[in-house]
Amino acid sequence: MTEKDKLILFNPLGKNNPITVQMLGICSALAVTSKLEPAFIMAVSVTAVIAFSNLILSLIRNTIPSRIRIIVQLLIVAALVTVINEILKAYAYDVSKQLSVFVGLIITNCIVMGRLEAFALGNRPWASFLDGVGNGLGYAVLLVIVAFFRELFGSGTLWNFQVMPQSFYDAGYCNNGLMILPPMALIIIACIIWIQRSRDKELQEK
Amino acid sequence: MQEYLNTFIRSVFMENMLFTYFLGMCSFLAISKNVRTAFGLGVAVTFVLLVTLPVNYLLDNYVLKAGALLWLGNVFEGVDLSFLSLIIFIAVVAATVQLLEMVIEHYLPALYNSLGIFLPLIAVNCAILGGSLFMQQKEFPTIGIATTYAFGSGVGWLLAITGMAAIRDKLQYSDIPKPLKGLGIAFIITALMGIGFMSFSGIKI
Repeated sequence: MTEKDKLILFNPLGKNNPITVQMLGICSALAVTSKLEPAFIMAVSVTAVIAFSNLILSLIRNTIPSRIRIIVQLLIVAALVTVINEILKAYAYDVSKQLSVFVGLIITNCIVMGRLEAFALGNRPWASFLDGVGNGLGYAVLLVIVAFFRELFGSGTLWNFQVMPQSFYDAGYCNNGLMILPPMALIIIACIIWIQRSRDKELQEK
Repeated sequence: MQEYLNTFIRSVFMENMLFTYFLGMCSFLAISKNVRTAFGLGVAVTFVLLVTLPVNYLLDNYVLKAGALLWLGNVFEGVDLSFLSLIIFIAVVAATVQLLEMVIEHYLPALYNSLGIFLPLIAVNCAILGGSLFMQQKEFPTIGIATTYAFGSGVGWLLAITGMAAIRDKLQYSDIPKPLKGLGIAFIITALMGIGFMSFSGIKI
């Protein structure tokens, strides 16, 4: 792996994070982060879809007429998402019920389309694949952080195991019901953006 | 009649696409900087929802569902094509958007000029595909109800993006901590509006 490949792979984890910097893929993600388990599975599915759709599109990029490229991209992504949907239904039925329509909505996840348009259309397959994995991981990191805080404070559990000790509850501690509500995901992401941008002044908007 | 009204009100307020499910967030954050364009995009989204949702409803009920192909003859009784629904739905959405773009460009050039750039973007707006997927999940009894649901969801989205644009207009004059400017504060405002919309969820109809 060359120096450039490393940059492509690891840049989206921090400085060029798809959610906090590129402003992509906020759509379907927030509603699935109230628990760690569905968030993790969602993140893995999205990473797989981005990586492989980037790879496939990059392989056929020279044969697609540019007028119909959006439809071609959507069909590639939709086919991949259908495969993932069927796999989830077969091996993780409970989680796939919990995620409901949000698995299908990976198709219109802006990260997927954004990376296809911005990267895979103009780069070689291997670099596109790495770019897909990197952006998927950047998305995964954020999703897992948000889900961690929401599940810990909202339900007192992590990955469905009780973490908050009973003595806390006996002393009067209560689970914060607000954390379960979807708007809290936005506020947590806003805090992450705040921290990231106060550390990295280049990212601030004028 | 009452059923239609209930579906409409529920889809506008209690199950608002943006504030309860966060669908269509990307274009919501990117295009809510100006009230006029935000309103235009909202109208376009409503329109596309109104066209694609009934079409997908018919496809779902007469082609995709288990046993839906019965009208072709008894041979097709056991056929279940529902695994194809994602691909079919997105194909319908993309084709409709492309078609709409051409029709509007030809017959309504004024509208085309004000919407032009956003129209192709609507194909990848989560709210559109989300509408069709929710329609499939909720199993609406008639196509009328499904269409009402589409209209309500569109109006809810329109309300949300116009409100957000109006707030962001005023925000230019306020003193926000530097790292929060732009994206950060937009997230917090959306969250607060979402909490506001939650007060509707207590209404029973």
